[in-house]
Amino acid sequence: MTALVPRRARRLASLAEALLTPHGMDRYLELVDPMLVRREVRGLVTGVRRQTPDTVTLTIRPSRAWRGFVAGQYVRVTVEIDGVRRTRCYSPAGSEHDGTLELTIKADPQGLVSRHLNRTVTTGSVLGLSTPDGEFTLPSPRPRRILLLSGGSGITPVLSMLRTLADERHEGDIAFLSYSNGADDALYRAELADLSRRLPGLRVVHAFTHAKTGGDLHGFFSKEHLAEAAPWYPDAETFLCGPKPLMDSVREAFEADGLGAHLHTEEFTPPALTFDTENAEGQIRFARSGREFENSGKPLLEQAEDAGLKPEHGCRMGICFSCTQIKTAGCVRNAKTGETSSEENEEIQLCISVPVGDVEINA
Amino acid sequence: MTGLQDKLTPAQVEEFGRELDEIRQRIVADLGQVDVDYIHNIIKTQRALEVAGRGLLFAGFFPPAWIAGVTALSVAKILDNMEIGHNVMHGQYDWTRDPALSSQKFEWDNVAPAENWRHSHNYMHHTYTNILDKDRDIGYGVLRMDPAQKWNPYYLGNPVYATLLALFFQWGVMLHDLEFDRIVKGERKWSDNKEVGLKMLKKAGRQVGKDYVLFPLLTGPLAPLTFLGNATANLTRNLWAFSIIFCGHFPADVESFTEEETENESRGQWYLRQILGSANITGGKLFHVMTGNLSHQIEHHLFPDIPARRYPEIAGEVRAICEKYGLPYNTGPLHKQLFSVAKKIVKLAMPWNGEPRTPATVESDKTLRAA
Repeated sequence: MTALVPRRARRLASLAEALLTPHGMDRYLELVDPMLVRREVRGLVTGVRRQTPDTVTLTIRPSRAWRGFVAGQYVRVTVEIDGVRRTRCYSPAGSEHDGTLELTIKADPQGLVSRHLNRTVTTGSVLGLSTPDGEFTLPSPRPRRILLLSGGSGITPVLSMLRTLADERHEGDIAFLSYSNGADDALYRAELADLSRRLPGLRVVHAFTHAKTGGDLHGFFSKEHLAEAAPWYPDAETFLCGPKPLMDSVREAFEADGLGAHLHTEEFTPPALTFDTENAEGQIRFARSGREFENSGKPLLEQAEDAGLKPEHGCRMGICFSCTQIKTAGCVRNAKTGETSSEENEEIQLCISVPVGDVEINA
Repeated sequence: MTGLQDKLTPAQVEEFGRELDEIRQRIVADLGQVDVDYIHNIIKTQRALEVAGRGLLFAGFFPPAWIAGVTALSVAKILDNMEIGHNVMHGQYDWTRDPALSSQKFEWDNVAPAENWRHSHNYMHHTYTNILDKDRDIGYGVLRMDPAQKWNPYYLGNPVYATLLALFFQWGVMLHDLEFDRIVKGERKWSDNKEVGLKMLKKAGRQVGKDYVLFPLLTGPLAPLTFLGNATANLTRNLWAFSIIFCGHFPADVESFTEEETENESRGQWYLRQILGSANITGGKLFHVMTGNLSHQIEHHLFPDIPARRYPEIAGEVRAICEKYGLPYNTGPLHKQLFSVAKKIVKLAMPWNGEPRTPATVESDKTLRAA
């Protein structure tokens, strides 16, 4: 009987879809309650707290279509600002074994979405969510020794890993080295203190870059910090997320020791894209809209926008894949990696693809 | 181009285009929450009317319930097709980046698949507005709507075909994209229609399935009444949509063009053709909403991708620009415009009405300003 219920429910749902064609059930359900939708993921904000003056921590109950996430992954959050939907990526901070979703969002002074979220979200707000994505995750089985390293709001994916490991009662060594400007900016201090009481193998180290007191370590990242926080780091798998200068110096230290393969990173700050607007040549054609223009050498998303097109996009830094389109002809260079690709009918990300000569996009 | 346009110097045409571009830029810069709230409200109203209409038909044995149900459903279908579907599929709300308002994703309550319609309407009709042999909206490939279409005995049936097209308009819109007339003339092969045809079958199957099979079956013994109710709602929408759309381009004094005339058009000339080739209908606020603001056909043809709710607010300015350049601004109440269209349909059935008329607009500035 239990097996029959979902089948019957599915049949009823498909009858409802047939009756409500062409719009489908969600377009009616959302008018009653935006959380009732079946196909899209949405999240109801159930809690709002402020750990620091320029961040907001949201507790979110996702709708039915949510299938959970893996610690370290990110979700695309969509909000409507002045009638326009805007999407940004944020990594959940909670354990993957927890049914709710916790996001901590730092208000970037230039950031449209992060400032909006900090200003306007209240308990009861509904946000658009995507299914989670991203390769920045803990391997299975778990490494015996793990170093988690973060800077600022980059703490969220690595804290998620730590909370997941705590729920799994991880028995190995874990070091959590967290960088912030000072005590006022340090996120999740209480949670980290609580976790180190629960996990015997965990060592939490707070490093303050701009304060001389109050933390365990002071100043910017250095090898000494590494030796202090996790003397066994050469044996560990290291997971790192934070601002670009921190990422660069950690990467440099690991490369120098030949430990690059044990360092796993997630970047949420735009990489420096390399492109050359001087020597650009060729024609860009957006086939569906019929728009054609001279290649300016900038990434395709910017070129399309300069030409008055409004392609769907999200992060503008090649991580969210919202701007993926099919390139039907021509060659593009990935501005992040420098790789060129000239295959036909290939999916490319407009925000980080720079045309090399003539390019046609099916958009 | 045509006589009237020859009265304007190229510099004037350019200046005229620039003035229209200014209106456009001002509106585009002003788009925001209020436009999104508006379309969301219309969608809410449409869905509520649809649900109410379908629900009332479950009590269809009680005549007032049947009548109320059919009325609600008819209005729902009209709103869906005109103020929501037509406008969303024009890309008027693409700037919101809401997938439910995306021109590429929206599907309407009509047997014509959105994707095909976007090609035949958004692209063909809006690019080649009123260019004979290019704009397939001229007569939908079955009617003689322009004196320059060469008469043959088939066109004696013009009024009959027009009546049938009005009754079955959604099917006409669907079949429009098969370009039967071009197949008959041998310009197009049957096999070209395979893909389009499959899409039509699928979409039409779903639409017919819900209106004529599923909902009637769900009402059990009332099935014939529900069937009749749904058919009436579809018919009402068909007649309404046909009337509004034919008033948009075919009242007397609306001009048509040849391919030669419109070669290498500038942006200003393109705007000019949209104005000369379109006609408005006057009416109240509710009337405009029910037409999907296609009562502002002129403004729509100038700016097809600007949210239609903005047309009434710019209509005065567009009209003033027309007056400034001595251009006609064809408008009138529904009955007058409809009568003018009907007269044209009947007149053009006859062989002796074959001379392409000289555009009335060149004859005297008086008639021009009175239009």
